Amino acid sequence: MEITVTINGTAHTADVEPRTLLVQFIRENVGLTGTNIGCDTSSCGACSIHLDGEAAKSCTILAVQADGAAVTTIEGMAAADGTLHPMQAAFMENHGLQCGYCTPGMVMAATSLLAENPSPTEEEVRIGLEGNLCRCTGYHNIVKAVMACAES
Amino acid sequence: MIPAAFDYVRASSAEEAIALLGQHGDEAKLLAGGHSLVPLMKLRLAQPSVLVDIGRVNDLSYVRDAGDHIAIGALTRHMDVENSPVLAEHVPLLAHAASHVGDPQVRHRGTIGGSLAHADPASDLPATTLALGATYVAQGPNGTREIAAADFYQGYLTSTLEADELLTEIRVPKMNGAGWSFQKFNRRAQDWAIVGVAAWRRGTESGVGLVNMGSVPVLAGAVSAAIASGADVADAAALAADDADPQADLNASVEYRQHLARVLTGRALSAASA
Repeated sequence: MEITVTINGTAHTADVEPRTLLVQFIRENVGLTGTNIGCDTSSCGACSIHLDGEAAKSCTILAVQADGAAVTTIEGMAAADGTLHPMQAAFMENHGLQCGYCTPGMVMAATSLLAENPSPTEEEVRIGLEGNLCRCTGYHNIVKAVMACAES
Repeated sequence: MIPAAFDYVRASSAEEAIALLGQHGDEAKLLAGGHSLVPLMKLRLAQPSVLVDIGRVNDLSYVRDAGDHIAIGALTRHMDVENSPVLAEHVPLLAHAASHVGDPQVRHRGTIGGSLAHADPASDLPATTLALGATYVAQGPNGTREIAAADFYQGYLTSTLEADELLTEIRVPKMNGAGWSFQKFNRRAQDWAIVGVAAWRRGTESGVGLVNMGSVPVLAGAVSAAIASGADVADAAALAADDADPQADLNASVEYRQHLARVLTGRALSAASA
């Protein structure tokens, strides 16, 4: 089936099998490998992207479901000149990452969280990121980064 | 993990979806948000040969005040149930329970109708709507019918929905100021409940729904009967496991689940009675 998905502002048209997952489409058809596959069971959040502006887990969405939609991946967060998105900068400044595997999903989930709740409490950040697992258990600095980004 | 191959068709209306289901028979499955179905398909626990995508049937996403009840379109997403001002005012227990489903990413995609039709006894919303005395509306080739939540669940992941029927609306009676509480016991954030309890109380009237206490969501009728006859919360909550037939699994033995049901029902009813 032919689908068109706008990813980071560029329309990508491809003929895909209906069973193609959105994360596969992003990584294999479009070649954007910043979106990671972690648990592959919609638990860990490593594959989080924005679908029409809201965080979603791209391992649990069929590419055909995203036909006509706008997707933002981690590659679409920084400005064209390489200036980091404020959330990316906050992660860097607050040591919000260790191995880095969960980071793209964390950044996408955290920016979606702040879009819905621009001034969250620390508890709201922790609850709001419940869909993202960090196996380095670096949660403390991730929460610090999100709070710093919200305050800036 | 990639699902087994299937054919994909898109419906633009409820009628078109029902016609497509009729055409493809038992081998077809409806796809709404896909957050119950797609994981099953990836694990090859479900292998439908045709998926009928109803995710674009936008007129089935709404929350409306319908007088004595609130009408919720089956394709209303969990996030929209959670944030609905109408539900916050009239059925706060359901809005709150929706905020416990999965995580924000899941709630952006999953729908109330999809969750109920999936009929997973470990899900939060089947037991909550059961406790609230909801009615589900199903549309088929010969029109619509109403199904009481209490009659809907037949077995594990099995409901009374026919293969060519589509859940279109959930009707939930207004709570009219009843006290309520939702208790979800799990070990990690975002997990399914090991046991959950959705409860409301208004004087001697009450409703208590149990999550993950058997192959179907359970209405704890013995608890409400005790409350109606004047029992105090502790005595009523002691009966919480009487209507349930829980299974043992990796998370809990039968006895532990029964214990949790009694403790969580006590907490829920205490909060609802305050």
